[in-house]
Amino acid sequence: MKITVASGKGGTGKTLVAVNLALSVEADQVLDCDVEEPNVYIFLQPDKTTVKPVELLVPVIDEAKCTYCRKCAEFCQFNALFVVGETAMVFPELCHSCGGCKLICPVDAITEKPRSIGDIYLGEADGIELVYGKLNIGEALAVPVISAVKEEAKDEGLVILDSAPGSACPVVETVKDTDFCLMVTEPTPFGLHDLEIATEVVSQLGIPLGVVVNFAGIGDRGVYEFCSEKSIPILMEIPYNRRIAELYSDGIPFLKEMPEWRSKFQSLLEKIKEMTR
Amino acid sequence: MKIVVSSTGSTMDSAVDPRFGRCPTFLIIDTETMSHEAVSNTSIGSAHGAGIGAAQSVAKLNAKAVITGNVGPNAHMALSSAGIEIYTGASGSVRNAVEMFKNGKLSKAGRATVGGHFGQSGRGRGRRT
Ligand code: SF4
Ligand code: SF4
Repeated sequence: MKITVASGKGGTGKTLVAVNLALSVEADQVLDCDVEEPNVYIFLQPDKTTVKPVELLVPVIDEAKCTYCRKCAEFCQFNALFVVGETAMVFPELCHSCGGCKLICPVDAITEKPRSIGDIYLGEADGIELVYGKLNIGEALAVPVISAVKEEAKDEGLVILDSAPGSACPVVETVKDTDFCLMVTEPTPFGLHDLEIATEVVSQLGIPLGVVVNFAGIGDRGVYEFCSEKSIPILMEIPYNRRIAELYSDGIPFLKEMPEWRSKFQSLLEKIKEMTR
Repeated sequence: MKIVVSSTGSTMDSAVDPRFGRCPTFLIIDTETMSHEAVSNTSIGSAHGAGIGAAQSVAKLNAKAVITGNVGPNAHMALSSAGIEIYTGASGSVRNAVEMFKNGKLSKAGRATVGGHFGQSGRGRGRRT
């Protein structure tokens, strides 16, 4: 079973939930799909990590063959090619690697070469396999790195995916083909606003979802009212607690110091299993 | 000499748009006769590479210079390789900007004056900053 932990808003405790859930239920694998800011490894501290590059194929124009007909530049929807006069330029960081320009060039002036956009890392900690990706600084294309992380997913066993926050392409890429989405939110108007958008996206993908309210006790009742109106179950509440916050900032999963939470996360998993049955 | 000004509208009294890639309109102006023509910028909605798309359009118009507020790194590279000069720091009406250009009061941009994604709102690169 694959469970995605997501959140509409950054900083709601998504990683906190993903890590403590994984440790409590002895998950087989954790995939950190927040490739712009991976942080699960800080808590799980895997050893012996192996690294694999993530590459995209980008065009190279052979100016000896190019007739500057501009067909490739007109074809490219991403403005990655610029042809004017006797100059043809490729802007690799804009290329989405669709391969179209190579097909369209009438004189076969275009070949492709790999370009590194990030890496994925594989390691193990506490009997859990951890896979995470890192998008190179300044790169805009998170999705290919996320799919490289997801390619490492085990077919069997319990896999927990930590998604990027928000509701854009990286979230869709992470959530799709998973069995359940756990949405972490905070009970404030900001939390509610982003939760509304994110749950809409996940519902459209047809993936069952439930909510974890973090920092319970602060804020207002908006999130609770929204969930009851939409029949989205609130599966767990984590109170606002100074000790939990301190452990988080020290990079320690709070479960390790507060073992009473183990059974709570275990029953969270049971509820999820019931909902996906 | 044929120049292009990034503009918010289609007349000489429209304000200069400081964004090159994401201005709604390009005004093509003949500096001798001050005759002008408006062309809409088809790259305005591009998620990425609006500057390059805009540079491609400007190059097709056979302009010799571009007048705008700011220019990003990709657009600068594209325009320069097309042999188009770039003048930045223009503001006020298009008419005023052309006068400033003719009087040599605009600075020629030897490099990009802003980073990528200038004038684009929302998340993209560099979220959570
Ligand atoms: S389509 Fe081929 S020949 Fe035409 S401009 Fe592009 S690379 Fe050159
Ligand atoms: S591969 Fe696709 S995205 Fe990349 S430059 Fe060619 S047409 Fe554009």
